[in-house]
Amino acid sequence: MSELPEEMATPRTWKRPPLISDPRQRWALYIGVIAYAIWAFLSIEVDVQRLVEGADWARQFFAGLVQPDFVSRADEIWYGFLESLTMTAVATAIGVALAVPIGLGAASNLAIRPVYLTCRAILALSRAFHEVILAILFVAMFGFGPFAGLVTLVVATIGFLGKLIAEDIEAIDWETVEAVESTGASWLQKVAYGVAPQVMPRFIGLSLYRLDINFRESAIIGIVGAGGIGATLTTAVERYDFETVSAILILIIGTVYAFEYISSAIRKRFI
Amino acid sequence: MLEITDLTKRYPDGFEALKSVELTLPQGQLAALIGPSGAGKSTLIRCVNRLVEPTEGSVKLDGTEVTDLGRSALRGARRDMAMIFQSYALVERLSVMENVLSGRLGYVGFFNSLLRRFPSQDIQRAYKLLEQVGLEGLHDRRADELSGGQQQRVGIARALMQEPKLLLVDEPTASLDPRTAHQVMGLLADLCDEHDLAAIINIHDVPLAKEYTDRILGLNAGQLVFDGPPAELTDEVLPDIYGGEDWSAHGEQSADEEDDDDDEDVRSSGQFLAEEVL
Repeated sequence: MSELPEEMATPRTWKRPPLISDPRQRWALYIGVIAYAIWAFLSIEVDVQRLVEGADWARQFFAGLVQPDFVSRADEIWYGFLESLTMTAVATAIGVALAVPIGLGAASNLAIRPVYLTCRAILALSRAFHEVILAILFVAMFGFGPFAGLVTLVVATIGFLGKLIAEDIEAIDWETVEAVESTGASWLQKVAYGVAPQVMPRFIGLSLYRLDINFRESAIIGIVGAGGIGATLTTAVERYDFETVSAILILIIGTVYAFEYISSAIRKRFI
Repeated sequence: MLEITDLTKRYPDGFEALKSVELTLPQGQLAALIGPSGAGKSTLIRCVNRLVEPTEGSVKLDGTEVTDLGRSALRGARRDMAMIFQSYALVERLSVMENVLSGRLGYVGFFNSLLRRFPSQDIQRAYKLLEQVGLEGLHDRRADELSGGQQQRVGIARALMQEPKLLLVDEPTASLDPRTAHQVMGLLADLCDEHDLAAIINIHDVPLAKEYTDRILGLNAGQLVFDGPPAELTDEVLPDIYGGEDWSAHGEQSADEEDDDDDEDVRSSGQFLAEEVL
């Protein structure tokens, strides 16, 4: 096996094959990307005069931010905050409950073809628009207020969770499912014993993560009229009441932190 | 008890994993199914309980044609055919007890199984089986905390929990060390004997197959090319099953090894095949 002549003929260098094998194409792509980046950078117009004028506004804004005022608009802040929390909790609960069956249906290894295609279509549709666009549409449909926000978050949650759960299910250890199936288990038992335990930790983690996304989104969609703390925030900004803005921002940050803490505590128990 | 006639599995791309396999297995018989990787061994046992749908042919279990059964009748038939897997295929995040009890899923309704409400005689049976396979006291451990050999024992207990007539065993020892492999094969043989079960065991380890089974089936490229008692599986017929020509050269060596076997039967078995593959 290790005779000398063979040893001599064995190459001593090796390079990983490049992703694009044709060097002309490869270099053309590199140069193209760099040229575009330079052109894009040069095309940004910076208006120095506006920066100077804006500096005064920025100073006022930051002055307000370092003096948060929770008191003068306490009622409005509290009302908006509670509305956001309620919207978040209800929307996440409904969204998760709906995402489970749709996610199961969208897993190609579990669902028959027509169900799979239908569920994938539902998921694609619910992820087609950003939350803000959805909120604008639902506000137009249902009027201003938290109900439009609730529907927005439910739709977004289904799209997010359903897709990720479906992909998780498609990646599970199939032999375990076969083992459950070979005992004579029904389809539901197969899901409960073969599939659910395998995806449960990630499912719980994703649901909690979505809870925290939904709270942040509830602040954003409030800006387009879908209720919640976002509505209060917009009003405060329009009044140039930067002290209240600061208070609201601190409240949002604090809540997201609290969610993060709670969700990691819960996740630890389910690994 | 199990009658397989003219069983063919053809995939949509035209590949024939099984070609008109004929096989009859009487009650209580342990048959080893050997053959090179890709010969169709896993496909064959999966066609029996229809985890893989056969394309043509018939599979009869105690006179019942399995290939024609509808969904719920198939569930009934599957209760009689328990399966054991190479990678154990336990539900890793569930406890040992839950895994063993899952062998009763074909008998228990969905909500009762979801709430883990199993009949008391099932629970008693599960405890007894755990004792029989040597896992007494480990019922509340999570399945993935156990060693490979222990996990395979849980797999065996789960299979017996079904009260099957037939065991379909897919590479039970391939992930185990030689000593544990012997223990697991010995356990399987004892339990089949005790419960009068027939079994088809896919296995790569020829000496292990010869030692523990009543009958050897050789599969090559989807065709049964050997069917006989272990004594007839000589080094002259191994090339028919595995291909290649240099088995006879190895014949002397393996005969030498067999002399040592009496002293330390644990060590030798895996090696001689492993050397051959290299």
